Amino acid sequence: MASSPLPPPDTATARTRGAARELWRAVAGRVARTAAGVHRTWRRSLQFRVVTITLVASSVLVGGFAYLIADKITSILLESAKTDVKLRLESGADYATKQVALYNQPQEAQLQETIEGTVNYLAGGDPQQTSGVVVVITAQDFPVIQSRTAPAVDGVQRLISPELREAVADGNVASQIATGRLTGERTKYLAYGSPVPTRFGQIELYYLVPLARQDATAADARATVVATGVALVVLLGLLAALVTRLVVNPVRVAARTAQRLSAGLLDQRMVVNGEDDLALLAASFNQMATNLQRQILRLEEMSRLQRRFTSDVSHELRTPLTTVRMAADLIFAERDGFDPAVARSAELLQAELDRFEELLTDLLEISRFDAGFAMLDAEPTDLVPIVHRVVERLTGLAERVGVPIEVDLPEHEVIAEVDPRRVERVLRNLVGNAVEHGEGRPVVIRLGADETAVAITVRDHGVGLKPGEEKLVFNRFWRADPSRARQTGGTGLGLSISLEDARLHGGWLEAWGAPGQGAQFRLTLPARAGDRLTTSPLRLVPEDARLPYGGPGDAAPLTIGPAPGGALAIGPAPAREPDAAGAEVPS
Amino acid sequence: MRARVLVVDDDPALAEMLGIVLRSEGFLPSFVADGERALAAFRDNRPDIVLLDLMLPGMSGIDVARAIRAESGVPIVMLTAKSDTVDVVLGLESGADDYVVKPFKPKELVARMRARLRRGEDVAPEMLTIGPPGNQISIDVPAHTVSRNGEEVKLTPLEFDLLVALARKPRQVFTREVLLEQVWGYRHAADTRLVNVHVQRLRAKIEPDPERPEIILTVRGVGYKAGTG
Repeated sequence: MASSPLPPPDTATARTRGAARELWRAVAGRVARTAAGVHRTWRRSLQFRVVTITLVASSVLVGGFAYLIADKITSILLESAKTDVKLRLESGADYATKQVALYNQPQEAQLQETIEGTVNYLAGGDPQQTSGVVVVITAQDFPVIQSRTAPAVDGVQRLISPELREAVADGNVASQIATGRLTGERTKYLAYGSPVPTRFGQIELYYLVPLARQDATAADARATVVATGVALVVLLGLLAALVTRLVVNPVRVAARTAQRLSAGLLDQRMVVNGEDDLALLAASFNQMATNLQRQILRLEEMSRLQRRFTSDVSHELRTPLTTVRMAADLIFAERDGFDPAVARSAELLQAELDRFEELLTDLLEISRFDAGFAMLDAEPTDLVPIVHRVVERLTGLAERVGVPIEVDLPEHEVIAEVDPRRVERVLRNLVGNAVEHGEGRPVVIRLGADETAVAITVRDHGVGLKPGEEKLVFNRFWRADPSRARQTGGTGLGLSISLEDARLHGGWLEAWGAPGQGAQFRLTLPARAGDRLTTSPLRLVPEDARLPYGGPGDAAPLTIGPAPGGALAIGPAPAREPDAAGAEVPS
Repeated sequence: MRARVLVVDDDPALAEMLGIVLRSEGFLPSFVADGERALAAFRDNRPDIVLLDLMLPGMSGIDVARAIRAESGVPIVMLTAKSDTVDVVLGLESGADDYVVKPFKPKELVARMRARLRRGEDVAPEMLTIGPPGNQISIDVPAHTVSRNGEEVKLTPLEFDLLVALARKPRQVFTREVLLEQVWGYRHAADTRLVNVHVQRLRAKIEPDPERPEIILTVRGVGYKAGTG
């Protein structure tokens, strides 16, 4: 209805309903918020939970006991009142029996006076004891006899219920509690009736005793019980709060200390008081912290030693190598004057020294990563000149093996916060590898960027990678084909170091390859140092990649869908979607 | 004239080999093996260039570089076995102009030394002024003096070359690679940390507040340029 475009017929009703709905929404919102707050506190605070449970449980228990006690007191008071009244009623009935014993007929003249006298007599006596007591004689079976009341008040008949009347008329002593107004205030009365036998039949004697005193006493007792109960519950709640506080506080202290410990403040300890369970907790906690601290310091010391060792090895190896290098250079420069065997030896010495030097440099670099000593010198850097520089450096090698290098770079600069030396090293490795495995077909370098990341892909069209090898290529000293002779050397550590370099940036280095289709490596780095990568601006799998096992050839996107027999089928997608493959996140 | 070279290195084999190479390249080398005697040897020989190993017995190479720099602007080329940033930057900050990492090729070392010695050969009379008004730096190129508000500022020859390179084309942004080529004489970019450290050293000497430079400005992601009014 509300969604109808026409105005509703009765706008006033609608307005009221709208206002009501508004109010309801506000109230519901407030309630929901409060409930959520309470729920949160309930989940978070052990103390709140314990106190609440204690309060609820003790309220139920104390309330039950208080009800029982109050009920008992009331019934005791009533019983004693009943006993008193019964005694008086019995003696009154005896007296009345004697007084009316002379009359044989209900019509006798003096009977009325006698009954009145009897009633007055019974109602009289000690005013202390008889205050408010009303005595009534009725004759149910003899309408000729008027009922008499002393003291004379109205409304007595209302207090004596028909059931009571009937019970007494049947010859029983019976009682009932009724509330009514006889003199002054409305009061609870105990109505007690007894039959009085006469020669002509039976008349009835009733005592109406006000229960005001008993009521007051019972109310007093109830108030006392309730007050005591409430006080007890409150005290129990406080006690529970206090006790939980005693337990929870050390736990909270322990939690805070643990947080500080994990934040790196290794000398944080808890205070140990006494010998109880909490002291045991504190002592165990401290012991754990001490052990942790010792372990961490030991590891730090080991790491320091490792770094020191790396640095020492570096220096100790490099100084003699420098001398050897210079000597070899000198000999190499003079090789024309030597006989052929010595000249060739000089050449081999020179070449192998180059390899040795590269290997040493790479080993030291890897050990620096392993020791966690590698540091990122990130600065805003334009990646375009880096690509040009790498290509320029590798042009010589590329021309020698006959592999053209093609670059596909953006027109504008591509600035990212990276360590230029490391990025250049990674690129040199990737492009060097691609040229080496290029098999005379072109190597393509692409650079792409978006707001959060920059990516460089290096594609070759060589033999490619077998399935599973795209992970293995990053292993240290891994070679695609061990039996294949090495042409241009390389230490076997290049891609491992590149992977570490990428990780140091918080970036990715991934490989794709298919047999006969070449390989593509993709380096993705965050545009701002320290950011997390989620996607890459370039695709890892190249556009021109054909599917394995005879799929459609033209780089059409794939669909996976149900096939007959409940199996999954892979086939070409019906229409080309722009972002079908996207950039996958490595696991 | 043959250039005098002081080689400070504790490894006798390397020192001897360096001697052979340097002599064959036309230098006049002299040697000292520990840090404590390096300064005395420097004062006796008055070398044109110093080759300094960073790890030395006695006084460390860093301290030697500082001591030499305190009394002279002579070019210092560090020989270091460590290429970690901390070590390189520490060496450059202590006053070295350039560094080569062991193991180096003899030709590379000689090229670096020549680049450091080449300067001051072709000087035309030239006066340059850069910096915002009220905070101007005047450079007298032939006299090799720099003054800020009439007060002379002491710069090492390398710092002077760096400042002149920037001041000759104010407003033009120099990439670190271009500066490496023009000032240090590298044909292929080597290590941009060289530029960063030296720009910082230069700023410390000529900027009123090196934290907020006004004379040598950083162009984010590209390089540096001289500030003008």
